Amino acid sequence: MATAPVHPPPAGPAEELAAPGPSWRARTREARFAAALLIPSAVVVFGVVLYPILRTLYTSFYDVNSPFPGSYPFVGLGNYRRVIEDGEVWASVLRTGYFTLVSTGLEMLFGLGIALLLYAPLRFRWLFRAIVVLPWALPTVVNAALWRQIFNAQYGALNALLTQLHLADSYRSWLGEPFLALNMVILADVWKNTSLVAFFLFAGLATIPRELYEAARVDGASAWRSFVSITLPLLKPAIVVVLVLRTIEAFKVFDIIYVMTRGGPANGTASIAYYTYARAFSDESFGYGSALAYLIVLFIFVLATFYIRALRAGQFEAA
Amino acid sequence: MNPSRGYRIFIHVAAIVVSLVILAPFYWLFIASVASPADLLARPLRFVPDHISFHRYQDIFTSHGDNVSAAFREAFVNSLIVASGTVLISVSVGIFGAYAISRLRFRARQPIVLVFLSTYMVPPIALVIPLYLVMVRLHLLDTRLGLIVVYCSFTAPFVIWIMGNFFQTIPKDLEDAAQVEGCTRVGALFRVILPLARPGLLATVLFAFLIAWDEFLYALIFTSTTASKTIPVAIAEFTGRYETDFGLQAAGGVLAALPPVLIALVFQRYIVGGLSRGAVKG
Repeated sequence: MATAPVHPPPAGPAEELAAPGPSWRARTREARFAAALLIPSAVVVFGVVLYPILRTLYTSFYDVNSPFPGSYPFVGLGNYRRVIEDGEVWASVLRTGYFTLVSTGLEMLFGLGIALLLYAPLRFRWLFRAIVVLPWALPTVVNAALWRQIFNAQYGALNALLTQLHLADSYRSWLGEPFLALNMVILADVWKNTSLVAFFLFAGLATIPRELYEAARVDGASAWRSFVSITLPLLKPAIVVVLVLRTIEAFKVFDIIYVMTRGGPANGTASIAYYTYARAFSDESFGYGSALAYLIVLFIFVLATFYIRALRAGQFEAA
Repeated sequence: MNPSRGYRIFIHVAAIVVSLVILAPFYWLFIASVASPADLLARPLRFVPDHISFHRYQDIFTSHGDNVSAAFREAFVNSLIVASGTVLISVSVGIFGAYAISRLRFRARQPIVLVFLSTYMVPPIALVIPLYLVMVRLHLLDTRLGLIVVYCSFTAPFVIWIMGNFFQTIPKDLEDAAQVEGCTRVGALFRVILPLARPGLLATVLFAFLIAWDEFLYALIFTSTTASKTIPVAIAEFTGRYETDFGLQAAGGVLAALPPVLIALVFQRYIVGGLSRGAVKG
């Protein structure tokens, strides 16, 4: 049902200047109208976001160790120095990087495969589509609780399945060893979020005109050739959008770790967001937690800047 | 030229494998919610339980007082109210913002779009500490209203993004024609553009609902009693406290999954249209 737009895209700023546009007065009126329409959204968004983001920066310069207002010692960049010297911070950044890279990579790979299947001439397409949408709709916390139980060392379904199929001799503690646990959390994350990626890419596939494939076939191109020369390049905007969304989400990962492992065992699954949460709310080191939070903001900002370049290269317009 | 027989077999086998991988955990979630504790703790584990009973669901719907079943029901109601309120407010305000950035020409357009979208990059953990203190002072802590206010701040930019892109796919001529006929701009938005953008609007409502229903960190920190605790928080707390009572955990999980799964299934045809015109096509 998705069709390519039948009209030219709206004029960009450059064209606006060149075109004999509306008079200056009309444009001022238009700008005022735009402001009036944007104010409600601005209030709803920045009324909530603006003060906390500045306040967190302020707090990061103080040694705040309780949630109550009061006077706390100013420590300047002390909290940031502590961040740099805290080996556990960098371990959790590396872990988060590994989580982000592996989970996003697998989700893109499987998501693309499933998107192609959603697009393929299947006998029961509607049914397959309904099945693929399910993990996306499953709440993250429920997903985490479900996999935590599946991976349970004594009563888990995975151990039972593997031993009953004679693929394993004995039960294993899937969430009991740090690195194994991290990979199991990634597995649970990939199972759920591949669904979202598949639908995004399927939506992208739906915008590619079918005539292109027919033309390629007339020219004698193989299926692989038309995938590489038509599908991938034209799917690039969709790939970039979903890659940005998933990377940023993965880097902020918290919920699934909180429910599945609480960062354990031995901090083996503590992402940077989880580590920050633990420092701020378990230790009540709010000043240090605020500095850590800004470290996350910094990382995401760098990731996003990198991606915005890619977006520009992909000829994608933000709105 | 028809696809070859081998290709047809391949895609069907692949679709079946993918479906099994997706459905198996769902099957287990449901079975665990109706199986007896003995079945769930048996070794070897019985994948088809001997005893099936829906008493956990019955408890959730009928029990009163201070117990987990009643807490699940109350959390479910809280989640419904919070997610619906969030969708209502953020879509109502976001539509105007989306219209402004997609249809009107003004100099700060591009920076404004970027500022709205950049809020997505800020992790909740960077906002949650000061927000907590503000909520205490405004007496919004542990209230559904407090959660709605916070949730709108991240669903509204999302609405602006998807609806803004969607509005751009609607020919401007139609709107101009309505204005020639004597409609005001706002009148044209409601009478011409919104009806045409209905698929996008449905997709946006669906996404905003899923995002609000799914939210966990703010709810974990801002809610403490059944007055406002949402279902993800109730489930997370339960998994921490009663690890081996997977039956009740699973029943709560099925309950929590029901609204988003039903909505996604009913509106799934709008998802693809909404995404292709709203998100992946600028």
